[in-house]
Amino acid sequence: MSSPAVSAAHGALDGVSHGGDAHHHDDGSKTLLGFWIYLMSDCLIFSGLFATFAVLGNSTAGGPTAKELFELPYVLGETMLLLISSVTFGMAMLGMHAGRKGSVVAWLAVTFVFGAGFIGMEVYEFAKLIHEGAGPSTSAFLSSYFTLVGTHGLHVTCGLIWLVVMMDQIRRFGLTDATQRRLSCLSLFWHFLDIVWICVFTFVYLRGAI
Amino acid sequence: MFGKLTLDAIPYHEPIVMVTLAAVLLGGAATLAALTKFRLWGYLWKEWFTSVDHKKIGIMYIIVALVMLLRGFADAIMMRLQQAMAAGESAGYLPPHHFDQVFTAHGVIMIFFVAMPFITGLMNLVVPLQIGARDVAYPFLNSLSFWLFVSGVVLVMMSLFVGDFAATGWLAYPPLSGLQYSPTVGVDYYIWSLQLSGLGTTLSGINFIVTIMKMRAPGMTLMKMPVFTWTSLVTNILIVAAFPILTVTLALLTADRYLDMHFFTNELGGNAMMYVNLIWIWGHPEVYILILPCFGAYSEIVATFSKKPLFGYKSMVYATSCIGVLSFVVWLHHFFTMGSGASVNAFFGITTMIISVPTGAKLFNWLFTMYRGRVEFNVPMLWTVGFMVTFVIGGVTGVLMAVPGADFVLHNSVFLIAHFHNVIIGGVVFGVFAAINYWFPKAFGFRLNEFWGKASFWCWLVGFYMAFMPLYVLGLKGMTRRMNHYANPEWQPYLIVAALGAAVIAVGIFCTLVQFYVSIRDRKKLTDPSGDPWGGRTLEWAISSPAPFYNFAIVPQINQLDQFWEDKQNGVAYVQPAKYEDIHMPRNTGVGVVMGAFGTVLGFALVWHIWWLAAVGLLGMIGAFIARAYDRDVDYWVPAAEVEKIERSRHAQLKQFQTTQVAPVAAPQRQKVA
Repeated sequence: MSSPAVSAAHGALDGVSHGGDAHHHDDGSKTLLGFWIYLMSDCLIFSGLFATFAVLGNSTAGGPTAKELFELPYVLGETMLLLISSVTFGMAMLGMHAGRKGSVVAWLAVTFVFGAGFIGMEVYEFAKLIHEGAGPSTSAFLSSYFTLVGTHGLHVTCGLIWLVVMMDQIRRFGLTDATQRRLSCLSLFWHFLDIVWICVFTFVYLRGAI
Repeated sequence: MFGKLTLDAIPYHEPIVMVTLAAVLLGGAATLAALTKFRLWGYLWKEWFTSVDHKKIGIMYIIVALVMLLRGFADAIMMRLQQAMAAGESAGYLPPHHFDQVFTAHGVIMIFFVAMPFITGLMNLVVPLQIGARDVAYPFLNSLSFWLFVSGVVLVMMSLFVGDFAATGWLAYPPLSGLQYSPTVGVDYYIWSLQLSGLGTTLSGINFIVTIMKMRAPGMTLMKMPVFTWTSLVTNILIVAAFPILTVTLALLTADRYLDMHFFTNELGGNAMMYVNLIWIWGHPEVYILILPCFGAYSEIVATFSKKPLFGYKSMVYATSCIGVLSFVVWLHHFFTMGSGASVNAFFGITTMIISVPTGAKLFNWLFTMYRGRVEFNVPMLWTVGFMVTFVIGGVTGVLMAVPGADFVLHNSVFLIAHFHNVIIGGVVFGVFAAINYWFPKAFGFRLNEFWGKASFWCWLVGFYMAFMPLYVLGLKGMTRRMNHYANPEWQPYLIVAALGAAVIAVGIFCTLVQFYVSIRDRKKLTDPSGDPWGGRTLEWAISSPAPFYNFAIVPQINQLDQFWEDKQNGVAYVQPAKYEDIHMPRNTGVGVVMGAFGTVLGFALVWHIWWLAAVGLLGMIGAFIARAYDRDVDYWVPAAEVEKIERSRHAQLKQFQTTQVAPVAAPQRQKVA
């Protein structure tokens, strides 16, 4: 997690307002607080999907079960790609704080490659399941599986688009206040998706394989 | 090419719909022609549609809400008329399928497109002014929220003329709302209009939390915030915590309908009761989202017109926060009959009864604020007193139904209908009208006409009791809700009285419209030169009416609650500062409008399965948002000289009208009652 993000979040919680600034300048703290709140609302979306999966996880309606379907080594590979991409994003943020524009763009590109690899593996997994006749319309269990994992994948895809936009903006505008602020938000978003994926890996795949 | 959309989608065979369509088309054409004739397009676009000024966005929310109130009320009149007629042999005039759409549309429109925009509009108008801020935290996002809400409105209105609307009841319970039992596009219109406007609401929630947490005037600690701002803060926290659940629930229903999934279907492991749980986990906080800001407005009004500080400010804050937390642990009382067992029902019954405690505390606070005050019974105060009486009755019937045993008898009866109209009309609608009458001068610079305001209030009050007290009786007699026809002739007299009550409310709405017309006509006479027409206590009354676009030339320093009132007492309220500074302001932008328009296209295309058009809508939204991220010219400075010019004329006006340095009416007691 990036350091300005953390300090901004603390600033938000100290209860004393920073209002009264005679202008509309955003020192970044407003944006980061707002983005934190957005992430929490997104977290609630995932909590709704996890709850749904918890309710319907055993409703296989005579169809294939989690144990029969999931291949843990494959998912572990997928997980490693996403975890490594978080490390590379961290490198990009270090570059940002050091003011090294080139290094930021390069690390973001590396992050993009790992993220895209994750999405590619997920799409392949989905395609394989559907091909085997274990698609989302087979049972309530598979509906909730595809929706939960797919929603995470959709988020990562949005993150990839955002990465591309940020690489372009940093190339064009440099490391301005605005681009740094946005990069901090994207960093939060990316790590947040990592945490969600760890929950997916644990509660969907590991628990399913037992 | 056009998915499921064909010319048959237009309901030619329904005369009621076609007459409405003709009226809407004629009215729309006349409005467009008038706008063109008076060359108002440029003005509307530059000054309103692209505005990021929270006051203008607030006003637009309220205008749309008023228009949708007329639509939702037309549905109400149709239902009351049908039920007054359709006893025994008579079938009434509405066929069942049409009647089902009418009650669904009525509920959806009144909650999502009337009550919600009223609340959001009021918060937009008032909160930044009360905390001494220049705007909200994210002005562009605020504009985007509004236009997403408008695209939801457009979709709902379209459903009237192209295709049909959901015939499922306002929460669209599956399996009825599933593809098998609702194969037409009605539920799809429902889903996409709520998803678009719901996204806007969530963004508004984030925006206002950050605004209130980060942009208060220096010295205004949390416990020095005006009560309306406090209730807004809690409401927005509820929004951010509850609306994502609505998003998920509707998304799962969408997956069932579009992708052949099985979340809520009868077969292949689906569980329909999960939908009912999920939707009420959002739905119960939602009713508190609506009522809390109204509680805030009543608090401001009752203190202002009793000329006393609000009794029990701290207990008001704690009560509001308690209600906010408790609102998340009562959802199951909406379906005690699900069969979750005695223990679960007992838990939710008890939590429901507990939530009436903080609400009761609030009522006593308002009463004690009035006690020995110099109460002025003008329009906002009338609505407030009418609310106190009416809301208590609604609260008592609510507690009655919180007893699971009693609920098994009353579940889905018109007793329930009477109960929630009792709290929503008596609480939210009365509150909104009180607030509109109270804050109108701050938005437009003149007061609203008193006579027509009072006429409107009395019609609403009498009409409400006539329309809904008979439903309590009928509910106890066993009449269930949503009946297109009934066999028992004994019920008919009650339903005729209820229909007459609705007619009286209609007169009340008409009086409100006349009130607006008369007030605009007499705006010179009703003008508010001081900016403080009521002898107000909070910061918004310290600046001119209408408020300048930058709100505060100098951001005030806050030392206590009701700072402005104290300043008036001490004769320092209107001191002209020696020097002004440049003010930094956000620039207007049309991106919100563009994204709202693409959102409408996306929703319409998804409803009709026109996939290429849906792609256009989605890419348009994303593209416009990214384009906005490349716009680096998003703000500007107002030079100090211009600020000084505006403020000078304000102070000249104050002198001309001899606004005194003290409050118009001296306070009877200055000691703090807290």
